[in-house]
Amino acid sequence: MKFLQRSYIFLVFLLLYIPIIVLIAFSFNEAGSLAEYSGFSLVWYEELFADEEALTSLRNSLMLAVSSSLIATVIGTFAALGLHRMRAKWIKSAVNTVTNIPMMNPDIVTGVSMMLLFVAVAGILRANDFFGFGTMLIAHVTFNLPYVILSVMPRFKALDVSLSEAAQDLGCTPSQAFFKVELPEIVPGIVSGLMLGFTMSLDDFVISHFVSSPDFQTLPLYVYNQTAHNVKFSMYALSALIVVTILIILLVVNFAGSVGKKGGAK
Amino acid sequence: MRKVRFSALIAAALILLPLLFSACSEGGVSGTKTLYVYNWGEYISDGSEGCLDSNAAFEEWYFETYGERVKVNYSTFSSNESLYAKLSSGSVSYDVVVPSDYMIERLIAEDLLAPLNYENIPEISNILPEFWGEASEHSAHDPGNVYSVPYLYGMIGIIYNTAMVDEDDPSLGSWKLMWDEKHAGNILQFNNSRDAFGSAQYFLGLDVNSDSEADWRRALEKLKEQKPILQGYVMDEIYNKMENGSAGIAAYYAGDYLAMYENNSDLEFFYPEEGTNLYVDAMCIPKSSKNKELAERYINFMLTEEPAIANAEYTYYASPNRLVVESEEYIEYMGEIKEDAYEKMYDTDAVMTSTYKNLSGEKLVLINQLWEELKSDIEISAGIYAICGVIIAVLVSLFAYFGIRNKIRNSY
Repeated sequence: MKFLQRSYIFLVFLLLYIPIIVLIAFSFNEAGSLAEYSGFSLVWYEELFADEEALTSLRNSLMLAVSSSLIATVIGTFAALGLHRMRAKWIKSAVNTVTNIPMMNPDIVTGVSMMLLFVAVAGILRANDFFGFGTMLIAHVTFNLPYVILSVMPRFKALDVSLSEAAQDLGCTPSQAFFKVELPEIVPGIVSGLMLGFTMSLDDFVISHFVSSPDFQTLPLYVYNQTAHNVKFSMYALSALIVVTILIILLVVNFAGSVGKKGGAK
Repeated sequence: MRKVRFSALIAAALILLPLLFSACSEGGVSGTKTLYVYNWGEYISDGSEGCLDSNAAFEEWYFETYGERVKVNYSTFSSNESLYAKLSSGSVSYDVVVPSDYMIERLIAEDLLAPLNYENIPEISNILPEFWGEASEHSAHDPGNVYSVPYLYGMIGIIYNTAMVDEDDPSLGSWKLMWDEKHAGNILQFNNSRDAFGSAQYFLGLDVNSDSEADWRRALEKLKEQKPILQGYVMDEIYNKMENGSAGIAAYYAGDYLAMYENNSDLEFFYPEEGTNLYVDAMCIPKSSKNKELAERYINFMLTEEPAIANAEYTYYASPNRLVVESEEYIEYMGEIKEDAYEKMYDTDAVMTSTYKNLSGEKLVLINQLWEELKSDIEISAGIYAICGVIIAVLVSLFAYFGIRNKIRNSY
């Protein structure tokens, strides 16, 4: 029985990770082909770091993911607070439903409608170079918001109202009570919302495709457009590096989390 | 009162922030002129492995010639249709775009391209007469080349693996190879309606730009006949499948064949005797361009010897440029890839070719319909609706059941 349990887990992990392992293995393949393995080499990594276009789009992607997830987290946290404090139940559920729409909506609908909106606004403002980082940021904040709200809301629900009341009894103003007592309690929700937003923004293709401009290309757009001809092998190297970076970040976050918990228990 | 002020402040910050960001990003590029070029992915010499970086070379040449700094903003697309979507949406403006023939025809018809001023493109004389000018046979999409200057071209042929197809196979040399039941399970067909229908139309001897619906239906019948022996409908997966021998026969573009040959020397290539497609990708300037003169100078630069040869060598596609075709260095380079590579690429006279033309809107709808009919199996699609229906019914009844049970419990 134990054997079955273990092999099941092994099988699941194998299915999950085989594509990534193949990708990493072939990023070291000197031949630059999936057909033959001619030997270990770092040529594709060298080529990657010489490829300015790829590095620019990587930088753009990171910049966009960081700024859009940060903004969405701030807006989303306050939105969750507002939703939590709402008294009329039916308004609360109505607003909740509305905030979830961007998440349930197919990406392509969000993307096209965003593009049409921006084209219309650019026409009204008579702005020529309207598309670019600004439009991308607005679009990404929009689709990140529901994820942040969704991960912060449960934290507010779990929060004991009497804690905040006690703090105010002891002399805190309402805003002090929020920042000193309630906020620390919901931080895990905020962090997971931030991470979720960051990853959603980093790998979004469809929406970005519609609202991007040649001035601001992100990595998914860059890679996709290469499929017209053969995808460069330096993209394998880039993907391998991204996987390793994310792995390290996750390890650090988990490790820091467990250390923090032990510290808190003291 | 404080509350109201606080939320007003946040709202104002949120509205202003994106504007601030966009203002910053715009401020960065002013000063030097920027030329927006929109080309196919992996379709220009980019400086990797010691080749010429064509765009950087243009920036340098421009500075030396005109004493002005320009920046080339180069971005890529993966299909003519996505280029069309970007251009017609009006969300962005490009200065130079490189669509294929039938798309150029469509862009001209919709008045999205600007006529070129050939005074700024003196190097046009390098283009072979077959590809440019009044008498050119390969510019039917833009008679007289008012709007477009050919960049690279190519023909579709059939690639096969000599380890899987006998040398004396009677089907060699014909589209018949793609319909040969002997090779069932080893054949790949285009996953793109125009090229897939094209292969059947060439095989049947039909016009690929036919106006008659019956012709398209005949081609569809032929494709349906082929479907059971296909391994699949693919596009760029073809590289890996052909290189590692998991498929043996596929129709694809000649230049890409040479790229595959580099990784698997068992692959051979021929142009079907019934005729095949010749396509031209050409440089054009959209109406929305803000730097038309600069764009024309860019086009002119790409016609000069060094970048033209570098681009042809990098992409393996055939060049319509005399300076490339007659260059000793280029001929030698092609010979190193494969002995008969040069002949294969440029022997257009020995092959019967025709080009795709832009089809009317109703024809496009028809083709899409036929393509759907080919690819979707009728029983399966009906099955999917049934399964979805069952799942929804189960979910609804579970929901209702638990809802009612909770109501009853609560009423106790």
